[in-house]
Amino acid sequence: MSLRRTRSPFDWSAAVIAALAISAGVVVYLRDGQERFLAILLEDVGLFGTMLPRILAGCLMGAFVTLLLPREAVARWVGADSGITGILIATVVGAILPGGPFTIYPVAGALLIAGADAGAACAFVISWTLLGYARAIVWELPFFGVDFVTWRILFSLPLPILAGLAARIISKFVMKGEGAA
Amino acid sequence: MSLLVDLALWAIVVVLGLIAASRSQSLCIDAIRGGVRDFLQLLPRIAIGVIGSGYLAALLPQALIASWLGPNSGAVGLSLASLAGALTPGGPVVGFALATTALKSGAGAPQVIAYTIAWALFALQRVIIFEVPVMPPRVVWLRVLVSLPLPFLGAWMAMVVGKP
Repeated sequence: MSLRRTRSPFDWSAAVIAALAISAGVVVYLRDGQERFLAILLEDVGLFGTMLPRILAGCLMGAFVTLLLPREAVARWVGADSGITGILIATVVGAILPGGPFTIYPVAGALLIAGADAGAACAFVISWTLLGYARAIVWELPFFGVDFVTWRILFSLPLPILAGLAARIISKFVMKGEGAA
Repeated sequence: MSLLVDLALWAIVVVLGLIAASRSQSLCIDAIRGGVRDFLQLLPRIAIGVIGSGYLAALLPQALIASWLGPNSGAVGLSLASLAGALTPGGPVVGFALATTALKSGAGAPQVIAYTIAWALFALQRVIIFEVPVMPPRVVWLRVLVSLPLPFLGAWMAMVVGKP
């Protein structure tokens, strides 16, 4: 997993949200008093506690799938002549391939070099962003709850396929001179 | 329901772990170690996001959000939500914390779905830092172009179905 980039537990984006959170907490304390401040804290610490096992499960799942998935074979399945099947495969693989942006985009780039077409690459990236279970489990589920996330993902299911087909059509019409269809 | 989801999650983890262990025990141990390290690195971010979103929700002007992004805000509300999603800086904690905050403060579910989808697709920071360097520019622009209608399509399906 050489594509993996170690990331520090605390970078500037975490610092920004921390500053926001602390200022919001201070304002609530000053405006509404200690009782309300503690009530919100207690409720959110409880919520955080229920999230922990899910987050750990998501992290372990990502690590195992990274270990088990044959990345070389993926490039074969989404080649230029793969038709709509290639777009469907790219969508499914994008949804199940774990990892953050620092593993997904290099894989997409590698797919293109290995002969995947722009439509499949678009479907792959869009599917990862919208359907990726790792992000949904670790981040979205704890914040929104099961009901909201399930519906959001159901509504998102057709989107990578539609966008992948659109990308393929556009790249055939607009970019046909470039020989990469 | 959420207990069921937790059980299913851990069942998948155990099955994957057994498959990995049957291939190679040392690789399996490496994977577990990597997964636990990811988990520990995520903890402070998520803790801040969850606790901070509670206080932010207490502060947001609820009437304003309800009228701008509420269930009756129509196409303007959807466009506002999509634009806000694309412009939200930072990682998943920021995006999801803001979206839950909006939902708690009276935003409509289709609007929040549009926001979440737009944020996932267009988050500028991610496109610039990760996507542009490793993908051919032609494909990045094509990807962004075909993604433009997607937040609206997702929200439209939510409106038609009337869920969540």
